[in-house]
Amino acid sequence: MYTQAMDLGPKEERKAVRSAEEAELERRFDETIDAGGFIEAKDWMPDHYRKTLVRQISQHAHSEIVGMLPEGNWVTRAPTLKRKAILLAKIQDEGGHGLYLYAAAETLGVSRDQLLDALHSGKAKYSSIFNYPTLNWADIGVIGWLVDGAAIMNQVPLTRCSYAPYARAMVRICREESFHQRQGFDALNVMMREGSAAQKAMVQDAVNRWWWPSLMMFGPPDGESVHGAQSARWGIKRISNDDLRQKFIDATADQAKVLGVSLPDPLLKWNAERGHYDFGPIDWDEFWRVVGGNGPCNRERLAARVQAWDDGAWVRDAALAHARKQATKEEAA
Amino acid sequence: MNTSTTATTTRSEWPLWEIFVRPKAGLDHKHCGSLHAPDAKMAVQMAREVYTRRQEGSSVWVVRSSDIVASDPGDKDMLFDPAEDKVYRHPTFYELPEAVNHM
Repeated sequence: MYTQAMDLGPKEERKAVRSAEEAELERRFDETIDAGGFIEAKDWMPDHYRKTLVRQISQHAHSEIVGMLPEGNWVTRAPTLKRKAILLAKIQDEGGHGLYLYAAAETLGVSRDQLLDALHSGKAKYSSIFNYPTLNWADIGVIGWLVDGAAIMNQVPLTRCSYAPYARAMVRICREESFHQRQGFDALNVMMREGSAAQKAMVQDAVNRWWWPSLMMFGPPDGESVHGAQSARWGIKRISNDDLRQKFIDATADQAKVLGVSLPDPLLKWNAERGHYDFGPIDWDEFWRVVGGNGPCNRERLAARVQAWDDGAWVRDAALAHARKQATKEEAA
Repeated sequence: MNTSTTATTTRSEWPLWEIFVRPKAGLDHKHCGSLHAPDAKMAVQMAREVYTRRQEGSSVWVVRSSDIVASDPGDKDMLFDPAEDKVYRHPTFYELPEAVNHM
């Protein structure tokens, strides 16, 4: 799932092109991009393109991995065996998506250990949506419907990203993501159709809490997006943050009616002239506060992730020791 | 595929494997991605978990990434362009009389 704050990070200065040979390589690279072509791992690419991709793909991978945590909270408390099996399958998918993406980032010349170090030391970002808590069972449904729904909007254009290993990973991810969104809506729908008044209130409460953070997943408004223009030029980002956000609002506003919940925005209103829903102002101060590390669960999430990694160290070491022992035995035989 | 992460440069990291999946009997194995695993047996097991959770395959191959020899992208023109002017290698090059054109 889960892109969002992907174009957040320090702005890097572009180096002046050094040699005539490099200028020629850059010209051919630009030509490929302009023709809508793909760049493969071993093709020449500008340093800045490589850096931008490493940052974006690794942030995306981290988001998948951290995204397992808020859902993991509910595995033991899922209301039925069916919902538990679905939730486990979804969480396993998120882990798989993280792995596809780490592998795509590694084709750019960074190692898995470097990527994980950046996450665990707090240097790398992940989608801030996971710094919000999952307080009740309906939160799991809402994460599927709204959070995965927003992620799909963000991710579908990435299947045509100019960097081919990333685009291929995104094709696989998008194929699986649709199940995530549908199971979420289904879980909420059952609560709204068959649930008690308290269960319906639970759904509304979850929607109220997740609506605005979901809209923030598309990143800052186009005018303030640090890397937007360059990423668009390179075919890394094909549709702007604001356009994707509008598309998401238009789709979900209608879905909310089917579900029978209200969205917590008094200014949300169909605008026939624009052919879109108008919506109220987004609290960007909150967004930057959470990105900056001060959301409700930033510390808890990172601590849980680091602990999982540290607790698993002996398993990784044992598997490697076993493999070495077997290899030595084979050589001796 | 990653060439920079080999067993010699990162001792503590599990080596990288390339994964090939045969979607069903009768079709070729196709490259579908890579993963880290300590040995071949674990690589097969993990390939099953990572790449075939929804019946995407009936067989997997795993190959150490460092064992794959690839052509140099810089040689692309030299290796693959010469075929471009040999259109007579394609059946569509030949215009046959209408009556037999579907042979």
